[in-house]
Amino acid sequence: MSYIKGAVEKLGHNIVVNLYELGKFTSFGLRFFYWTFRRPFRVRNIFSQFVFIGNKSLFIICLSGAFTGMVMAYQTYFGFKLINVDTLVGPIVSITLAKELGPVLTGLIVAGRAGAAMAAQIGSMKVTEQIDALEVMGINGIQYLATPRVISSCFALPILTAIFQFVGNVGSYFIGTKVLNIDEGIYFSKLSEFMYIEDMWQGLIKAFFFGFLISLIGTYFGFQVKRGAEGVGRGTNKAVVWGMINVLVWDYFLTSYLIKIL
Amino acid sequence: MQTIEYQEPIIQIKNLTKKFGEHTILDGLSFDIYKNKITTILGFSGAGKSTLLKHILGLLRPTEGSITVLGKDLNKMSEVELKEFRRNFGMLFQYAALFDSLSAYENVEFPLNEFTKLTEYEKKERVEGLLRSVGIKDESFKKLPSELSGGMRKRVGLARGLALNPFIMLYDEPTTGLDPITTKMVNDLIIDTAERNKDRGMTTLIISHDVRATLKISDFVAFLDHGKIVEYLPAEDFKNSDNPLVKEFVNL
Repeated sequence: MSYIKGAVEKLGHNIVVNLYELGKFTSFGLRFFYWTFRRPFRVRNIFSQFVFIGNKSLFIICLSGAFTGMVMAYQTYFGFKLINVDTLVGPIVSITLAKELGPVLTGLIVAGRAGAAMAAQIGSMKVTEQIDALEVMGINGIQYLATPRVISSCFALPILTAIFQFVGNVGSYFIGTKVLNIDEGIYFSKLSEFMYIEDMWQGLIKAFFFGFLISLIGTYFGFQVKRGAEGVGRGTNKAVVWGMINVLVWDYFLTSYLIKIL
Repeated sequence: MQTIEYQEPIIQIKNLTKKFGEHTILDGLSFDIYKNKITTILGFSGAGKSTLLKHILGLLRPTEGSITVLGKDLNKMSEVELKEFRRNFGMLFQYAALFDSLSAYENVEFPLNEFTKLTEYEKKERVEGLLRSVGIKDESFKKLPSELSGGMRKRVGLARGLALNPFIMLYDEPTTGLDPITTKMVNDLIIDTAERNKDRGMTTLIISHDVRATLKISDFVAFLDHGKIVEYLPAEDFKNSDNPLVKEFVNL
């Protein structure tokens, strides 16, 4: 009986703690919107963060995109060959990359790299009182640190996703036509027959939301850092884990909505 | 007894109380901080010094009571107004809190870039003047904070704090954990800065628990214990206070 009581108490405690954390995150999000639309607008900071996010992730995005496209081409080819539709490898890989794999894998990669970097940078500024120094100067920490990161992330993610899709398609084309000997003309004619611009839009809209979520989560956990280097490590870890979880969970909700309107 | 001449209060604290849940951190504080003077708030760790400092800066709102700074009641100001108002303050943090991605020069230039419309030439003149005035040599201007010693970081932090000509200069534990030579250097720097800015009416407020260092440089000393001001006297009189807690603290 006491075991059940203990388990219920622990469950209740965890629910309360997580609701409290969600409340803090919501409050952070509201303060972000409040400060984002107030002057001054630091365009140079937005641009430098945009370069930082892009540079930090570009190589790994290209690498992952190429191999994802190549693996997808192989897998679909051998599956489709059984039912004699192997010429559809091009559009299937392209649509999958455009709608799902492009935005989701790009989101996961950016969460692991740029999201972690955001939490670590802001966290180390927090423990060394640099954020306090900003506040004392009359500069709002959220406006100065979170706003440029979130805005640049919202625009960097769709571009990185488009690059992922393009490189993935190149990989798929290479494997499909050069290794698996699908006729080049058929490959492209099927691609233009089944692939629509709406498929691209779906992925890019998702990428925009993932960019927002990953950076808001990364900056939030940066601002929550306490207790020195250990706290920075913990904050970075949480930023990556929650960033990735949110990409996967929100992918479902966005898919179920976008599939109806596009 | 030291004679207290007429002084204009620049910070007025009335019945300031701050509670975090059940815990009372500041318990009905009432005192004034005078213009052009160096005032130190002493106290043990956890006495409420940092909480008091955050209230003076408007970073925390009191549970009860009021704080008037430069004639303005901070309770009546919005977040945006407070943000603007904080430009009247300069602050030197315990570990200087320099932006680690910016050089010494860029750290001092930072507030000028944010809040002034000075030309590049005017900014250069101002930044170099400030850095030289706190004893930073030209060859160190381009160094990152990680390449500077603790004492040099404090000097750069002070130059940054002074960049916008603040009316109130705050020092948070300026000498805590420093060796005696660096402590003397920081003390000299505080006195020198206060002297050089006296014409502008700059007021200095130090938060510390380093009693020896601060008694040498302060005009007034307040002693904070468990959220209450238990003594507030001119520095000379503070040394001879009859309060047993102050006696113990001074003789430690």
